[in-house]
Amino acid sequence: MSRRTAPWLRIGIDVGGTNTDAVALDSDDRLVARAKRPTSDDVTGGMRAALAVVLAELGARAGDVRSVMVGTTHATNAVVGRRDLAKVGVLRIGASVTAAVPPLADWPEDLHRAAVAGTAQVDGGHLIDGYPVAPLDVEAVKRFLGDLAGRAQAIAVTGVFSPVHPEHELRVADLVRTELGPGVHTSMGHQIGALGLLARENSTVLNAALRPTVAAVTSALGHALDEHGLDVATYFTQNDGTLMDAAHADRFPLLTIGSGPSNSLRGAALLTGLAEAVVADVGGTTTDLGVLVDGFARESAAGSVIGGVRTNLPMPDVLSIAYGGGTVVYEDRTGPESVDRAITAHALVFGGATPTLTDAAVFAGRLTLGDRARLGSGPGGRLKAAVEDFDQHLSEAVSLVSHGRRDQPVVAVGGAAGLIPATVDGHSVERPRHADVANAVGAALALVSGEHETVVPAGSGRLDALEEARETAVARAVAAGADPVGTAVVRIREVPLSYGGRRSIRVAVKAVGPLAAPS
Amino acid sequence: MREQGVLTTADLEDLALGCAVYGTGGGGDVSGESLAAFLALKAHGDVSLVRMADLPPDGLILPLSMIGSPTVGQEMLGSGREAAAVREEVERLTGRPVAAVMAMEIGGANGVAPVGWAAQLGLPLVDADGMGRALPELQMVSMHVAGLEPSVVVLVDALGNLATLRPVDAAWAERWGRALCVASGSSALLADHLLTPADHGAVVHGSVSRALEAGRVIRTAEEPMDALVTALGARRLLTGTIEDLDRDTDEGFVRGSVTVSGRGLDLGRELRVDLQNENLVAREGESVLASVPDLISICDTRTGIPIATESLRFGQRVTVIAWPCDPLWRTARGLETAGPAAFGYPHPYVPVETLPERNSR
Repeated sequence: MSRRTAPWLRIGIDVGGTNTDAVALDSDDRLVARAKRPTSDDVTGGMRAALAVVLAELGARAGDVRSVMVGTTHATNAVVGRRDLAKVGVLRIGASVTAAVPPLADWPEDLHRAAVAGTAQVDGGHLIDGYPVAPLDVEAVKRFLGDLAGRAQAIAVTGVFSPVHPEHELRVADLVRTELGPGVHTSMGHQIGALGLLARENSTVLNAALRPTVAAVTSALGHALDEHGLDVATYFTQNDGTLMDAAHADRFPLLTIGSGPSNSLRGAALLTGLAEAVVADVGGTTTDLGVLVDGFARESAAGSVIGGVRTNLPMPDVLSIAYGGGTVVYEDRTGPESVDRAITAHALVFGGATPTLTDAAVFAGRLTLGDRARLGSGPGGRLKAAVEDFDQHLSEAVSLVSHGRRDQPVVAVGGAAGLIPATVDGHSVERPRHADVANAVGAALALVSGEHETVVPAGSGRLDALEEARETAVARAVAAGADPVGTAVVRIREVPLSYGGRRSIRVAVKAVGPLAAPS
Repeated sequence: MREQGVLTTADLEDLALGCAVYGTGGGGDVSGESLAAFLALKAHGDVSLVRMADLPPDGLILPLSMIGSPTVGQEMLGSGREAAAVREEVERLTGRPVAAVMAMEIGGANGVAPVGWAAQLGLPLVDADGMGRALPELQMVSMHVAGLEPSVVVLVDALGNLATLRPVDAAWAERWGRALCVASGSSALLADHLLTPADHGAVVHGSVSRALEAGRVIRTAEEPMDALVTALGARRLLTGTIEDLDRDTDEGFVRGSVTVSGRGLDLGRELRVDLQNENLVAREGESVLASVPDLISICDTRTGIPIATESLRFGQRVTVIAWPCDPLWRTARGLETAGPAAFGYPHPYVPVETLPERNSR
């Protein structure tokens, strides 16, 4: 992608469990600066530190930076850790036709406690063909909102068939503004997801609960950029590895979940030029194995479960094994405990007292770092066995995700990529340059996407409606920053909605394109 | 170990997995129905699973199924009062108490939901169904093949609208039932072909137990794909990667196909599976390797978990398996009802186990 424009740079930042990485790429996708800093407890500090290093390395060229892309684990951590979540008022519209399963029926109790201020089901909603189930019970909505005043920071509203008929959800959002004021945010199901009430409802509630967490990141990023006098477009990477702008991330924080594995897979593809490969991302605590198909992450066939809750978010298919650079080597076993971020304080080669997998890899000659002499020169004992444990589990996992197909190379990325042996289960191993910051590279080079979902009539009107849906998806991608020239529809999913009588088809269209050069 | 003859919340995961296997790609996502059944079992207690022969000779059996679009069923979850309304109407019409609930269709969500309905009604569930798989039309049931007429059809929707139909035959039951279902937003609970134990030849016996077993195998086996093939007495048609998904939606009916490219031992081979909600026919080149009414399932190779038609994606690693249908579908009337010709195919039906094997396993 070398277009005739002024020189411009973009920065990719990846916030991992152990390290926060940042890279700067030029308009020909060459890496021109990079940084790796420990992830801080508040997460934001590490991001600022990494950004500062990259900007310092760029020097005068820092002024050419036009965009910053961030992959963040804040949202995942918040849901899994049940912390920093907003208290959400959960409202379902369409009580009479959906009461068989009430809202949040299968939520883990601790998540419910951490994220929910109250729930209610009210009359309203529509049938698939638009016929009203009942008028929206405005009085019941007002009563519910009145009960929540002062207790709920956000409202999640999900109506039956709202992706096709959003009117009642929009009316509730109006009522929230008038009854509770503009400070209370409303997440609406029709903006969050597809048909499938329970998964959409769960996603909508999580999205509302995650607002403060991700808003803190977007505003911290804004401040950090201001400090450096950078006036740039800011983007966040999504579960599918594409970009959304910071304002979109503020409204749809849920979409940042799963971006880590997507970025590492995309980064591995871009660093190696491979479209089909197994990618092993070795971090401090785990090694995550994913599969590249056509240069993108293979999607999981199973529905994605986040913090014990089933959602409608497509996720990369990732198999994790509990071995990373910080994995502790015990007398009788290897891990799963990890010293994680404290590796430089605890590992033997760094003068610490805890044998880790990093020490084992140094002993085996795979890594050259720290002080090898601290490991002694004996037969190795447990350190040798730990490397064997890792190799065996890695081989099994690679065999599982590749289905025994050995013609695909394994791409080793991540901060502890050096742990990966020369071959794995008969697969060759590729070690691209900058493999240790592959996630940040993946973030910097992520594509911009636009999605549109609608229901179109079957039969004669279908093609026109489909064309309109395609145009809408492309327009949304371009509005989100994609270059109109390279933007194309990459996915159309059609699902029939009835067997007999009037038939209609649910259509989901996704368009992606490269980020447009700044004008 | 499961207590013999009792279904508890602990059985639902296996049942859902097994019903997805017998759903052969259709029958809808089972997760919503599983949750509804879970809540019903928690609220109303466990359900006994009985053989038809264990019921009193005049015991009235209520075959139930949701009809309409599975996609709609995942959105309009129901009021939770539908089963009670149907039972009340059936008892009023017949003047007899209902003795047990039966699944009309073991495949997909309709195999899981009856556990919840039985719990709500405080009735046992018969270990049988009307298909031994999933099929798209009302007359595609074992009772029809056995020559029974659907003399009374009761439909109720989530809003509480209820209709009793007295169609002249199974085809009219389908036509009228569909029309009302569409008016109700493409989802309704339906009871037809009321049975007694005297009709033991008109159902597929042991369906619930078989689904539970298939699910248990997938969940617990170390090599789930191999174990499932063995448990079903299935044939492994091909192991590979989804290479192409093609959906022709003319006429509003999805007649699609999925192409799977062989990997490993199957390298160089290519299989095409035709779908029309369910997986209907598996072909290699011009040769039919398996055909409806035999069952064809596309499973995740690693986990053995069957993949629903609408969840198929490019690049998935899958194993396509096929196994024999219930013998009643292989009778002349069975094939007329749900054989290749009933789905518009010109090829003659050949039982899957007698077709030549293609792969090297």
